[in-house]
Amino acid sequence: MDRPLTEWILSESLPIGLKRYEALGGYEAARKALAEMEPKAVTQTVIDSGLRGRGGAGFSTGMKWSFVPLGPEVPRPKYLICNADEMEPGTFKDRYLLEGNPHQLIEGMILGAYAIESEVAYIFLRAEYHRSHQVLTEALAEARAAGYLGKNIFGSQHSLEIHLHSSAGRYICGEETALLNALEGRRAVPRAKPPFPPVVGLFGKPTIVNNVETLYNIAPILQHGPEWFQKRSLTEDAGTKLYGVSGRVRKPGLWELPMGTPLREIIEEHAGGMCEGYQFRGVIPGGASTDFLVSEHLDLPLDFESVAKAGSRLGTGTMIVLDDRTCPVGMVHNLQKFFAHESCGWCTPCRDGIPWIEKILEAIDQGKGRLDDIDLLHRHVKHLGPGRTFCAFAPGAMEPLQSALKYFEDDFRRHIEEGRCPYHE
Amino acid sequence: MATLHIDGKTYEADPSKNLLEAALSAGLDLPYFCWHPALGSVGACRQCAVRQYRDENDKNGQIVMACMVPVTDGARISIADPEATEFRSSVVEWLMTNHPHDCPVCDEGGECHLQDMTVMTGHCSRSFRFKKRTFENQYLGPFLNHEMNRCIQCYRCVRFYNDYAGGHDLGAFASHNHVYFGRHEEGVLESEFSGNLAEVCPTGVFTDKTLKGHYSRKWDMQSAPSICNHCSVGCNTIASSRYGAVRRILNRYHHDINGYFLCDRGRYGYEHGNHPDRPSRPRLRSTKQSGLEPETTEVLAAIGSFLNEARGIAAIGSPRASLESNYALQALAGREAFSIGIAEASSAVLDALVAALREAPGGPASVRDIEHSDAVFVLGEDPSNTAPRIALALRQSVRQVSIKHAAAHRIPRWHDRAVRDLAQGRKGPLHSAWPAQTRLDEISKSAFCESPNAIAKLGFAVAQCIGEDSSSSSSADSPLQKQAKAIAADLLEAEQPLVVTGTALESEAIIDAARAVVSALAKAGKSTVRLAGIAAEANSIGAHLLQGQALESIVAKVMNGECDTLIVAENDLYRRLPHATVDALLDKLSKLIVIDCIPSSLTRHADAFLPAATIAESDGSLINCEGRGQRFFQALSPKENLHATWDWVGRIQVECQRSDTNPWPDLDTILAKMAADCPELAGIREAAPGAGFRIHNQKIPRSPRRFSGRTSILAHESVHEPKPPEDKDAAMSFSMEGSALQPPAALVSHYWSPGWNSAQALNKFQEEVGGPNRGGPPGLRLFPGGQNGRPHGSPSTESAATPDQLLAIPLYQVFGSDELSNHSAAVRERSEPLAFSLSAKTADRLGLADGDSLSLRIGEQKLTATVRLDPVMSENLIGIPVGLSDTPVTYLPLPAQANVCE
Amino acid sequence: MLSDQEKQEIEAELAHYERPQALCIEALKIVQKHRGWVSDEAIRDVGEAVGLSPHEVDSVATFYNLIYRREVGRHVIHYCDSVSCWVMGCDKIRNQLCQELKIQPGQTTEDQRFTLLPIPCLGACDTAPAVMIDEDLHGNLNSENLKDILARYD
Ligand SMILES: Cc1cc2nc3c(=O)[nH]c(=O)nc-3n(C[C@H](O)[C@H](O)[C@H](O)COP(=O)(O)O)c2cc1C
Ligand code: SF4
Ligand code: FES
Repeated sequence: MDRPLTEWILSESLPIGLKRYEALGGYEAARKALAEMEPKAVTQTVIDSGLRGRGGAGFSTGMKWSFVPLGPEVPRPKYLICNADEMEPGTFKDRYLLEGNPHQLIEGMILGAYAIESEVAYIFLRAEYHRSHQVLTEALAEARAAGYLGKNIFGSQHSLEIHLHSSAGRYICGEETALLNALEGRRAVPRAKPPFPPVVGLFGKPTIVNNVETLYNIAPILQHGPEWFQKRSLTEDAGTKLYGVSGRVRKPGLWELPMGTPLREIIEEHAGGMCEGYQFRGVIPGGASTDFLVSEHLDLPLDFESVAKAGSRLGTGTMIVLDDRTCPVGMVHNLQKFFAHESCGWCTPCRDGIPWIEKILEAIDQGKGRLDDIDLLHRHVKHLGPGRTFCAFAPGAMEPLQSALKYFEDDFRRHIEEGRCPYHE
Repeated sequence: MATLHIDGKTYEADPSKNLLEAALSAGLDLPYFCWHPALGSVGACRQCAVRQYRDENDKNGQIVMACMVPVTDGARISIADPEATEFRSSVVEWLMTNHPHDCPVCDEGGECHLQDMTVMTGHCSRSFRFKKRTFENQYLGPFLNHEMNRCIQCYRCVRFYNDYAGGHDLGAFASHNHVYFGRHEEGVLESEFSGNLAEVCPTGVFTDKTLKGHYSRKWDMQSAPSICNHCSVGCNTIASSRYGAVRRILNRYHHDINGYFLCDRGRYGYEHGNHPDRPSRPRLRSTKQSGLEPETTEVLAAIGSFLNEARGIAAIGSPRASLESNYALQALAGREAFSIGIAEASSAVLDALVAALREAPGGPASVRDIEHSDAVFVLGEDPSNTAPRIALALRQSVRQVSIKHAAAHRIPRWHDRAVRDLAQGRKGPLHSAWPAQTRLDEISKSAFCESPNAIAKLGFAVAQCIGEDSSSSSSADSPLQKQAKAIAADLLEAEQPLVVTGTALESEAIIDAARAVVSALAKAGKSTVRLAGIAAEANSIGAHLLQGQALESIVAKVMNGECDTLIVAENDLYRRLPHATVDALLDKLSKLIVIDCIPSSLTRHADAFLPAATIAESDGSLINCEGRGQRFFQALSPKENLHATWDWVGRIQVECQRSDTNPWPDLDTILAKMAADCPELAGIREAAPGAGFRIHNQKIPRSPRRFSGRTSILAHESVHEPKPPEDKDAAMSFSMEGSALQPPAALVSHYWSPGWNSAQALNKFQEEVGGPNRGGPPGLRLFPGGQNGRPHGSPSTESAATPDQLLAIPLYQVFGSDELSNHSAAVRERSEPLAFSLSAKTADRLGLADGDSLSLRIGEQKLTATVRLDPVMSENLIGIPVGLSDTPVTYLPLPAQANVCE
Repeated sequence: MLSDQEKQEIEAELAHYERPQALCIEALKIVQKHRGWVSDEAIRDVGEAVGLSPHEVDSVATFYNLIYRREVGRHVIHYCDSVSCWVMGCDKIRNQLCQELKIQPGQTTEDQRFTLLPIPCLGACDTAPAVMIDEDLHGNLNSENLKDILARYD
């Protein structure tokens, strides 16, 4: 099995039902693990596999699970949450999985819940994913009817309920602690860390939040073993990865490829190269809150380490291509408009700093920029960095801006000097 | 203690605090907005950034928010770090992008934390050149003005109002840079603690609306330390005045009492002194017809001759008057002919309370003790309405369990967000017993809503359960027994159990029951148990200690002809005795002399009237419900014919030739005399430094250093500089001259410190931020505790009302039941109309619905009001609001039987 | 007042959360599903159902962009204005929508047929530009097919 996440998906519009999923070998991993493995051993297998979270930060999934206190003394219920909020602009990977093969998520969640001894799980689904909602609702009902959810799963002592929670909008809900507040029916403002969710999470109880794609990897890892998982990759970072491309390419889309597939291969082969009449200028590799990569990075293997070394982040692995006829200032302005509007409003730098950036970029875009605006932008980039804002939202927002200032500085200057957008005819 | 390195210097710091608190306690300037010493940290504003280094080899360090990092031994931080400095200045610059810069027309201007912090960060020139967003403001009631454009989104308001004070009608709305703080729809803010927003808000969004009505800048006001006289808690206040009138009341930090917060009755009640009908001139009935206003000397002379010609004199003081005023009256009339002005029944209950407080292990509980209690039994009191600041403390007490729970997770108590995220609304046990619904019910584990007798019974049952093994629960237990067991179990399990009781239901049995619970707990090994008592008025306890006669015995003296001349000070007898009794008394009197600062039903009948100074216009002492003697001082030297009651009485003594000269020409003299006459009150002299106190030979100025100057302040009248009034009573001057050094806490009249112009300069007046007042909290506790004097009572066997009878019980209103604050226009606006509270069942039985009109006969009185359904009240009870002005009766001897009139 | 249907649906959710207050958003969504939007009255209704004051409910309701605190038309068009769609020309789509419907973003057509609102990335970047009308996603939009799509909603 080379493409453990998507191999069984035939078409997005035809989700795999329980029967077919089982016929293909689905739920075998969960059945076996619950019968034969201690929860700790499940976690250890995931640690050994080297799986890193696919939600953007790339933290070791098994390690995260190991922070959850185990045993009879621990407060209950503990919670497992699937983060299916997918609102990072440019990102459309989780939806593909959810709508194609919902049972693999359920199986992954059964395993994850077992590993952390949790009996209640939520899928926090982005509000706009109506189709996913429908598919998941049906799949959960099937699993429940089959006894795979509820009390004593597969005849084990372990019980699990999975509730599907559909959000009410706002990008910040994807941030795991804001998500907890949203699930508690509050304003989705992030929480202070420490304490971290594995110890103090939903309703004050130990909680694990994992991305959809992360959880899709669990059943295959348990089924085929950590070594197999590591071999799926071209580099040190284990497994496969869903890579997506949007923008002016011939075949925008989504592919499951070995982790570490080079950028060039993805854009030129899988996405079919640039559209007629368009040249490649750069790419945001992993959703809106990552730094631009440019031509010099085309041979970069796309895994967590390599992209970080090149000054960006793998993020969600879904990239947005900037072509030579699209204004980079306009593009960054669009991104900052998004961030300014989606700020939760809790901390000062983000709430008041990003709208200012947006206004500056708008002015530059409209040819009303001033030369010292560039210094102001640099100052904001510096002061909205990690540790200075309450959560990772604003630092993420600064990534495309800071790299645009670096790679496309001339474009900014030309806008200001010419008093107009050079990309507008 | 931990060692902390800040910019190369070494400091001692408390490891239970965060870096911001440590830096401020060390006297360093580090700006902040969202952190508040009583509300803790949430890390929202990002203003307190510093650079922290891992160890001495770490040259890079990282920027952290000081308020979110615990103090650890050996920690190294830099405030001066250039990047941290630049970041802090950027934070202010961001906040200013939408701030209107309207300081000249803003009430906060000149005492604005945002202004201070802006200057402190060094941000001074704007780069933002775009449009600002604007908001609409809301009408929020008579107490607060709302100006949302000034908001800097520090979230303090909602954190205080909702999280700390339990409010439900202020919110943060919308998101990103549109976050709006206000009500879901405009209207009166419901919480009785709303006024604190004026101090909690670091800028001019929420400002004191009563101040706005007669606005003055902080530096143009003359201020003095005062005490709130609107209930028995005795919160410390700062009263500020200009042009002969009080302009506002601010919180004066007292570590053990009010801390940072006042209730709205205390903050806005001051305007009784600005009441349009306030009698401010001496009057004589004999000259009334002529329309001439007599001179003060004339009135005093007349009073002198009244007294000289009298067959017998009696004097009635008041639990709302100062100790000195009550003492002066006692000295004038003699012990046998002096009453503190409360009826015998009330006096007996007060006596029981004082006995209980004397006996309380470790002395009576302070408000701070109440906050730190982890299991509470409120027996026969309604603190939300009778002692609001205590109710606010009780709201903190139920959080102790979550603070402890957090500590077990190594989450420090200042980390407010995390403590609350973990707690999820978990509450410690608070059991309350009060006949009607109260605002504390929502945080109570159990509420026992029965008659006063039943409440006393519950108390005794709890005491008994504590003595016995309460874990066994038998099926034969009555509901009361079951409840008693549950309460006993909670109290026994607590580390700091607390019993709160008081005189509200006029029941000795209730107070004795509370004593029984406390002593049972002490016997059961709970040596930490505390008792808090709530009395009816600001000086109920102090006046009681003077040991006057019951009001009835004075009435008897008049009625039997022993006395024919009565002097009544600061007491409307129509609120104390049945109307008919007072009418008969007045009929029988040959002369009535009244001294008061508000218009009352009694003043109309006075043969001679002397206008008393209000608390803000006078000096004196009060003893609060914790037995703490406290001193208040004049915030202004009032118009020449306004004096403290004790001062008037001294002058009267001269007039009637009982003394050649005024026997107490100043405060220290009367204090000394009182100490000699009443040894128990001798300690009161220590409550504050005397008038002779000096710092480097200088008095303490009432006006701030930035006073506009006497010439310019009166320039519209005269450019000649008037001489400031002398003050023989206090170690304070009525001017800006005097010592610039920080005075003892009892004499602090404003919080001001270089660079800190707002009320938050208070940090500099504490031993550590949030800690004790520098030099110790002011006042003196008179009851050390553990004095046993009174035998324990037992539940009364008096039978409950028969099914077709109703027992009328007194209900209190935070805005409405207090006589003085009723004369403040803003408070008056908040008081509710007279209504009877009863259960739906009772209403049903009487064929009544919510809002119907009902007439009752209670004793001699007939009363009509609308019916309000109370969801928790038990059958056969009917709640009557007491003390309301403008109601047909101001006096009712409650509890009492009530009969429905057809 | 909550309808029986609304009540039932809210109660069904109750079992899924540790505290009734956690149902706030869920309850708002249920009420909105039935009434189209969340009026002040709906805010009060939800508050009663989950044990919160109207202020507390509104504080939550106004935070989330998909809780409509103003009346919307029969159909809500959410046009994606995020980066992939922007690169692929969503501004043109928006302009066309404004022209055809004669409204600006945030407004509702006079006949109450459509409300036009921007929305962040719909997760349809490979088919950008995209819009969501009610619950249907439409990708690969251009000036021609947009008209046909609108015609499907009356
Ligand atoms: C502003 C912001 C938005 C985020 N949005 C998402 C999201 O939509 N989906 C997601 O899985 N993770 C999102 N994350 C990351 C989560 O906080 C969290 O790290 C992740 O769900 C953990 O899962 P993983 O360990 O499986 O990657 C977001 C983070 C931030 C700071
Ligand atoms: S950086 Fe601050 S304002 Fe922005 S989303 Fe995070 S907490 Fe909210
Ligand atoms: S005071 Fe530290 S972040 Fe606000």
